[in-house]
Amino acid sequence: MAFTGLVLIFFLLMHMFGNLKVFVGQEAYNFYAGWLKAEVLYPILPHGWFIWIFRVFLLTCLVLHVYCMATLWAASLRGRGSSYVRTNRRQQTWSSKFMRWLGLTLATLLLLHLLMFTIGGVTFGAFEFVAHDPYSMFIGAFSQWWIVLIYAIFVGAVCMHVRHGFYSAFTTLGINVGPGARQTLNVLAYFVAGLLFAGFILPPLGVLLGMV
Amino acid sequence: MKITLKVWRQANKDAAGSMVTYQLDGVSENSSFLEMLDMLNEQLTSQNQEPVAFDYDCREGICGMCGIVINGSAHGRYESDVATTTCQLHMRSFRDGDVIEVEPWRTGAFPVVKDLVVDRSAFDRIIQAGGFISVNTGSAPEAHSTPAPKRQADRAFDVATCIGCGACVAACPNGAGMLFTSAKITHLANLPQGQPERRLRVKAMIAAHDENGFGGCQNVGECASVCPKEIPLESIAQLNRDLIASMFRGDGKSTD
Repeated sequence: MAFTGLVLIFFLLMHMFGNLKVFVGQEAYNFYAGWLKAEVLYPILPHGWFIWIFRVFLLTCLVLHVYCMATLWAASLRGRGSSYVRTNRRQQTWSSKFMRWLGLTLATLLLLHLLMFTIGGVTFGAFEFVAHDPYSMFIGAFSQWWIVLIYAIFVGAVCMHVRHGFYSAFTTLGINVGPGARQTLNVLAYFVAGLLFAGFILPPLGVLLGMV
Repeated sequence: MKITLKVWRQANKDAAGSMVTYQLDGVSENSSFLEMLDMLNEQLTSQNQEPVAFDYDCREGICGMCGIVINGSAHGRYESDVATTTCQLHMRSFRDGDVIEVEPWRTGAFPVVKDLVVDRSAFDRIIQAGGFISVNTGSAPEAHSTPAPKRQADRAFDVATCIGCGACVAACPNGAGMLFTSAKITHLANLPQGQPERRLRVKAMIAAHDENGFGGCQNVGECASVCPKEIPLESIAQLNRDLIASMFRGDGKSTD
């Protein structure tokens, strides 16, 4: 859970950084996307191999993450027993309380995200799938306010999930050695979650407000 | 003080329970929560009703027998900064006319025996799995032959104060017994006597923890925040470090 989660957080950070290229322009953005799909590690690997190795790796992480979640959820339902008439939590945050539901929300919206931008096959108003022109897809999708809204929910869920997940993953790996370390981890978790939210929401907002 | 109590009544472990409302008048604000329950039981007995079953022993916060969820908070801690067991909670924490909800620990690993009494023997089974050190007995060793560094000795002592009341499990949204288990792990991991079996202990205790129906840790922190002995959350990180280390070391591999 912890290890795969951290891998996915690292991927999200890279993804978020890549998205910001949309502010540079169509050519730069499409070149970057093309490079990711075909050129990464080129002389070592043949054209287009890296992306598939990476996809398989990410998917494995995701599947393991979900598998751990399912077994832990089952254990937790058994461990919790019958529910209290009243519960008064002292520490639980919204993020940690809805961690699993946030994850399921993410998984659903991720599927939509992949259908829209990677696999193709869905059309929403001005948006349609255009192979090899992610920039046009980006503009087409996010010039519609309601897609930006759904995306904001998606990214909001990411932000909350990562906020607790980042801290929890490092705690599970044993780095939470004391109150000081816990505070540092929490501050870092808020920072990473905030960075992801800002980095992911800015490009679509830019498109919507006509700044791109 | 006049209070309204809503108490979980359950005849035995197989019966369906429910919350029953009782009125209690003339409660002194200087009485402890358990003394208030004693008053209720006297009242019930005089009315020829079955008294409420609840666990207690020392009534000074060191035995770990008492433990009930009061208004949704284990040991009735609420927002208070003061760590408390149920027996150390006093009625001055409540106001005249309050409605107080009283429930047993509810977790899969601690079945309700009757009313507010739960069976916490799952904790004993975790301790049996590794919460000990093995030494050949003989004449007492010379006191200075195994020095324990002050800092480690203090840490060991701080977590050794765990009284095994089960509030951590009761408060956990996942019903995990990690704080309890990690208190014993941290206690023995910080003492020289605990080193020979350190890696095997953590594996055995976690296995027993999972087998006995406790849930998994989500690092929420509810456990440490209601712990009457203030066992710190970082004990769980110590457990995790030892567990990870046990996977990469020879002495973490079971020989049988």
